[in-house]
Amino acid sequence: MNAESKRSFDVAVIGGGPAGMGAATVAAECGLSVVLLDDNPGLGGQIWRGESGSSKHTQASHWFDRVGRSSVEWILEARVFQVGKGHLSAESPDTVHQIAYSHLILATGARERFLPFPGWTLPNVLGAGALHSLIKSGLPVEGKRIVIAGTGPLLLAVAAYAREKGAQVACIAEQTTGAKFACFGLSVLLVPEELEEVWQLAWQLQAVPHWKNCWPVAALGKERLEAVRLSHHGRIREIASDYLACGFHLVPSLELAQFIGCAIQDGYVAVDENQQTCIPGVYCAGEPTGIGGFELALVEGQIAGFAAANRKDLARKLWRRRDAGLRHVRALRRAFELRDELRNMPQEDTLVCRCEDVPFGLLRAHQSWQSAKLHSRCGMGPCQGRVCGAAAEFLFGWSNSSVRPPLFPVRCSSLAEMPVETIPEIHEGGSK
Amino acid sequence: MSFRPDIVIVGAGIVGAACGFELAREKFSVAVVDAAGIGMQTTAAGMGHLLVLDDSEEQFALTRYSLSLWNALAKHLPPAVEYSRCGTLWVAGDEDEMAEVVRKHTYYGERGIQTEILDAHALREAEPALRRPLAGGLRVPGDAVLYPPCAAAYLLQRAAELGAKIFLGKAVNSIRNGITRLADGTVFHSKFIINAAGQFAPKLTPGIHIRPRKGHLVITDRYPGTITHQLMELGYLKSAHSISADSVAFNLQPRKTGQLLIGSARQYEVADGNVDFAILSRMLKRAMEYVPSLGSLSAIRVWTGFRPATPDQLPFIGPWPDDPSIFLAAGHEGLGITTSLATGRLAVDFLLRRASAIPVEPYLPSRQIEGVTHA
Amino acid sequence: MPDSIVVWVAGKNVEVPKGATVAAAVFVAGAFCRTSPSGQPRTPFCGMGICFECRTVINGEPHRRSCQVLCEPGMVITPDEC
Repeated sequence: MNAESKRSFDVAVIGGGPAGMGAATVAAECGLSVVLLDDNPGLGGQIWRGESGSSKHTQASHWFDRVGRSSVEWILEARVFQVGKGHLSAESPDTVHQIAYSHLILATGARERFLPFPGWTLPNVLGAGALHSLIKSGLPVEGKRIVIAGTGPLLLAVAAYAREKGAQVACIAEQTTGAKFACFGLSVLLVPEELEEVWQLAWQLQAVPHWKNCWPVAALGKERLEAVRLSHHGRIREIASDYLACGFHLVPSLELAQFIGCAIQDGYVAVDENQQTCIPGVYCAGEPTGIGGFELALVEGQIAGFAAANRKDLARKLWRRRDAGLRHVRALRRAFELRDELRNMPQEDTLVCRCEDVPFGLLRAHQSWQSAKLHSRCGMGPCQGRVCGAAAEFLFGWSNSSVRPPLFPVRCSSLAEMPVETIPEIHEGGSK
Repeated sequence: MSFRPDIVIVGAGIVGAACGFELAREKFSVAVVDAAGIGMQTTAAGMGHLLVLDDSEEQFALTRYSLSLWNALAKHLPPAVEYSRCGTLWVAGDEDEMAEVVRKHTYYGERGIQTEILDAHALREAEPALRRPLAGGLRVPGDAVLYPPCAAAYLLQRAAELGAKIFLGKAVNSIRNGITRLADGTVFHSKFIINAAGQFAPKLTPGIHIRPRKGHLVITDRYPGTITHQLMELGYLKSAHSISADSVAFNLQPRKTGQLLIGSARQYEVADGNVDFAILSRMLKRAMEYVPSLGSLSAIRVWTGFRPATPDQLPFIGPWPDDPSIFLAAGHEGLGITTSLATGRLAVDFLLRRASAIPVEPYLPSRQIEGVTHA
Repeated sequence: MPDSIVVWVAGKNVEVPKGATVAAAVFVAGAFCRTSPSGQPRTPFCGMGICFECRTVINGEPHRRSCQVLCEPGMVITPDEC
C-alpha cells in the first residue's frame, strides 16, 4: 500500500513551525535545495496552525508568503520515524519518503506539559492549545463556559481567543504566584515588539478573573465535564464549566535530537552560536533549545538556515536578536516554574498514562521510569510516553532519555521498507 | 547485614524469580539480588511464550514438565500477567512442511501432548488473516502466552510473602564459596548461591559457555481479533538452529491487550543493542508474507534483547563442578519463560536431595566439562 | 452554512466548516472518539497529534488521529474501541 519516494536534498528541515519555516526559507533563498517535513496538515506549527492564506498575524503572513515564494519543498502529514547519518525516513498517508540530506535542521517544537489530576480524562477536558486549534478549525464555543487552568502565557492567549469567539471564560487559574507573574509581565514590557500584543491581550481579558496561586483539584462530571474544582489561595472553589482547557507550560520535543545523539544540557538541546548541535551538520532551532516563543524560534531558525548554507556572515547578524530572546527564555522559566503542591494533584486512582490507563498508585512503587514502564505499561501506548513521560518526570523525578525506533508509530510496511543500502547509523540512549 | 539466608539467588529475571518462588514454598530462607530490577533484561525483551518444543528429547521433557507447572499456576496469575491460553498454530507452507506437521503430531501424541492437524481449509477457518494458499497446520492447544516482567514480579511477590527478601538495584561483584559480595559492600554468607544471571552468568562464574544471542521484536497498536493463536512457521526449527548465520522466522502473537507481537530474529556475535534495520526489515517482510494485512497496522515499538544461549540449546541447571556452593540456573536462551518453573523445581529437588520428575542429567553443567555439549 | 461539509459522527449528521478537523467534528457532535482500555469514553486532548487520545475510526480505518485529519464530505466517523 506504500508508494516509495527517494529524494536527495542539501537540507532537510524537520518541523514546519516558525523555526522550521525560517530555517528552510533562508537556506533555500541562499540557493540550497531544501525539504521541509511536518506531521500536521498545514505549515505554521502549533502557533500558526491554520493561519496560511488569511492570517491577520503580520509575522505569520510574511513567512507563509516568503516560504511560498521560495524553492522549499514541503511535505505535510509526514511523520519522521527514522533518522540516520545523511538519511531519514518519513511516512505520509500513502507514501514512505526516503530522504538523503547533507544538513539536518531540527525544528521539532514543543508540546504542552500535562499533569494528572482527578477527572482529567473526562470528555471535554483538553489541552489549552488544543482548545485554541479546535476553535480555529470549526468548534463553536459561543456561550460555552470555559475554565482555563495550568500555567504559562499560552493560557492568556487561549482565553483571549475563546472570548473573541463568544465563549464565557469563567477564569484563568494560574498556578504561579502573583509576584512571579508580575516579574514576567515586566520582562515582557521590556521587549518592544511584544508590547502591542500584550496590551491587546490585557484589553481582551480585562473582564476575565485571572487567579494566581490557583490550580485544578478535580474535573467533575458524570459522562462529560460539568464543573471544575480549583484550589485558590488555599480555598476550594467549584465552577460550572463546559470545557476545561489545561496546560502546564511547554516541554521541548527532544525525541528526535536524543535519538540521533545530540547532547542535551539542562533539558534542552545544546547548540553553538550558529545553532549547530554537537553533531556536525545537524542544527537545532526553536523550542528544543529553550522555550522562548515564536520570535526567538524564527531568529534561531534563520541562523540555522544561514549556517547550513555556509553564510555565517548572515547568521552572525542575527546573534544579537537571538541573545536578547534568550533572556526571555530565562524569564519564562522562572515565572512559570511548577510549584510543589502540583505533585499532590493526582490521587491513587488518577490515571497518569492515558493510553494504557495506568493509575498514579501503581507507579509510585517503582524506582525508575524503566521499571514503571515495564511493570505497569505506563508509556507503552502509541504516544510512546510523550504525555505521561513529562508528568512522571515532574511527579517522580524519573528521566526518560531512552528513545527507541520508530520515533513515531508507523505502518509495519513502512518499517519493513527501510532501504537496506542506507541503513543508518543510529544511536540509542538505552540501558542495554 | 545480619540477614543470613540459606540461599542467595543472583538475578531477578523469570528464572531467578521462579527459583525464589519454589524455594520459598519449601521454607528455605531466600535472598534474591538483582543489579537492576525485576525482569529487566532478557525477561523484559522476550515474547513470553509458554510452549512445548521438540528440538530434542531433553528440550521436550523440560518444556512439557514446565508447561504442566504453568498450567497449575495459571488460575492464580493476576490480570497484569496477561496469561492467555491461545495455543500455538504451526503453519505449514507446503507439503514438506505438512509432513513435518504429521511427524510433530505423532511425536507430541506419543509423549502425551494433544495436538490437532488442520488441513488448508481448517487453517483458513482458524486464522483467516493468514495468506493463501497454505498447506495446513498443527494446533497445540495447551500452549499459552503471558507478559514476562509481571510474571516474574508475581513469582517474587509470592516468594516475598513466604519470607524471601528481595534486593533490587544491588549489583553483585562476586560469588564464591558460599559468599556473595555486593557492590555496596554487603556480604551474604549462605549454603548455596544460585547463579540465575542469564546472559551475565559467566561474569560471576567464569567458564560457563553462555553467549548472548540477539533478537528483535516489534509490537503494534491494539487490533483485537486479528489472530487468535500464536502463529509459528515450521521453517522456524530449521532457521532458529542454524548455529552461525543470522536468521529470521515468522512468529506472531496475539497479546491479551489486542496488540500483535511480531518476531523473530536471531543474531550471533552482536554485542550492541542497537536496532539493526536490515534484519528488522527481513523479519517484518517474513511476517507480512504470512499475514499480509500486517503491513497496514501501526507499529508502536521496536526493541532488541539478548538470549543467553548455550552450545547445545539446553540450559545449565545444576551444581557447578568447580565450586560446590554454586548452583547454576542459566542459559535458557529463548525458552526461559517456559522453562523457568521447571528450573525452580529442579533446584529445590537438588537442595532437598530428592528425585526430580524428569531426568536431570541432560541439564547438568558438568556436561560442559565432559565436552559433550559441543553439538 | 457556506463552505461547510457534512460528515457522519457516531451515526449523526454533523455540519462543520471547511477546513475543520475530524476532532472538531467529534466535539460538535457531542460524541466520543474512543474508548480507553478500561472502558472510559474519551475526547481529543492535545490537539497536535502527539497524545493519540483522539484516535478514532475514519471510514472503517481504526486508530486515525482525528486532530490531524481534515473532514471530507461524507466521512464516516465512529469510536475507536480499544
